[in-house]
Amino acid sequence: MLNKNVWIIVPAHNEQENIFGVIKSLQELTSNIVVVNDASTDRTCDIVKVLGVYLLDHLVNRGQGAALQTGTDFALSKGSKIIVHFDADGQMLAKDIYRIITPIIDLEAEIVFGSRFMEKRSKIPWTKRYFILKPAIIFNWFFTGIKLSDAHNGFRALSAKAAQKIKITQDGMAHATEILDQVRASDLKYTEVPVEIVYNQYGQRFSSGFKIIRDLIFARIFNKK
Amino acid sequence: MLIQIFLLLFIIYAVIKVALRYKDKIISLQEFVLWTIFWFMVGFVVILPETTSLIANLVGVGRGVDLVIYLSILILFYLVFRILVRLDKIDKDVTKIVRTIALKEKESAFATSYAKASEVRKAMADKEKDKQS
Repeated sequence: MLNKNVWIIVPAHNEQENIFGVIKSLQELTSNIVVVNDASTDRTCDIVKVLGVYLLDHLVNRGQGAALQTGTDFALSKGSKIIVHFDADGQMLAKDIYRIITPIIDLEAEIVFGSRFMEKRSKIPWTKRYFILKPAIIFNWFFTGIKLSDAHNGFRALSAKAAQKIKITQDGMAHATEILDQVRASDLKYTEVPVEIVYNQYGQRFSSGFKIIRDLIFARIFNKK
Repeated sequence: MLIQIFLLLFIIYAVIKVALRYKDKIISLQEFVLWTIFWFMVGFVVILPETTSLIANLVGVGRGVDLVIYLSILILFYLVFRILVRLDKIDKDVTKIVRTIALKEKESAFATSYAKASEVRKAMADKEKDKQS
């Protein structure tokens, strides 16, 4: 079981196929599970209600970034010390949570990113590996100055300090790069740990990559702080 | 020319619309005056299109029509930019509202979950105990 100060945030939008299994696997580790239902139009909400976890409802769909921030706000208000971002699509393994929070417990980092590439466990479709993930890694590196071995993998753990400093304003999928940007701006200590990603679906496609880049460049131009 | 008549009819329609909006207090007096001046200027150019050539020659553009097109594109770009910025702000505001509601309503959402139900059950059991003792 995980320490009671560890909270897991699961943003969910139309995940009725996977959410039950994901929550069940998380409940073997902790009861501090926050599902942010991002205005699902399927039965996701009903399924989550039965499971007896914390459920936050977005009245209208605001995107994964917005849902993560809502869940993080809630966990912080509950006095969470470590916050884990976990996807509802069943691609991540609950047991990897132990690995991803270890550097924070050992005070080695304030924020930990899961990486698909550090070990060869994940079976990534080769088109995705070379045409989507590799360019994304390079883009993140240029855009934020932080070089990770993986990109836009939603698996990460934040200390309370990091969670307070990082404010996700990118409502869509561009939040992953935005977080890196803020990690650099706030000078937070970060590290990577290998995690396994199970590919039952393709996930983010090439076109979503363009959308992410568009969102980020737009933010750079218009929201100079 | 036929196009001039069509354009003038449209301008009259636009001015009436502006006037009605002012009457219904949807726009302020300032906006009303600005829009009216704008449409009268457009009307002037439609009736005497040669005047634009004069201004165009002054700023070094060949034809008056070209100048109008250049200016229109410039204004459109600027308006799109303004709208994008505004849209971005509205997006952020909506997220803020949705988030606040989600966090405020968490208690009521939690009430339907089993965890709350068990709390209620415990409270009821306590009440039973109080009654018995």
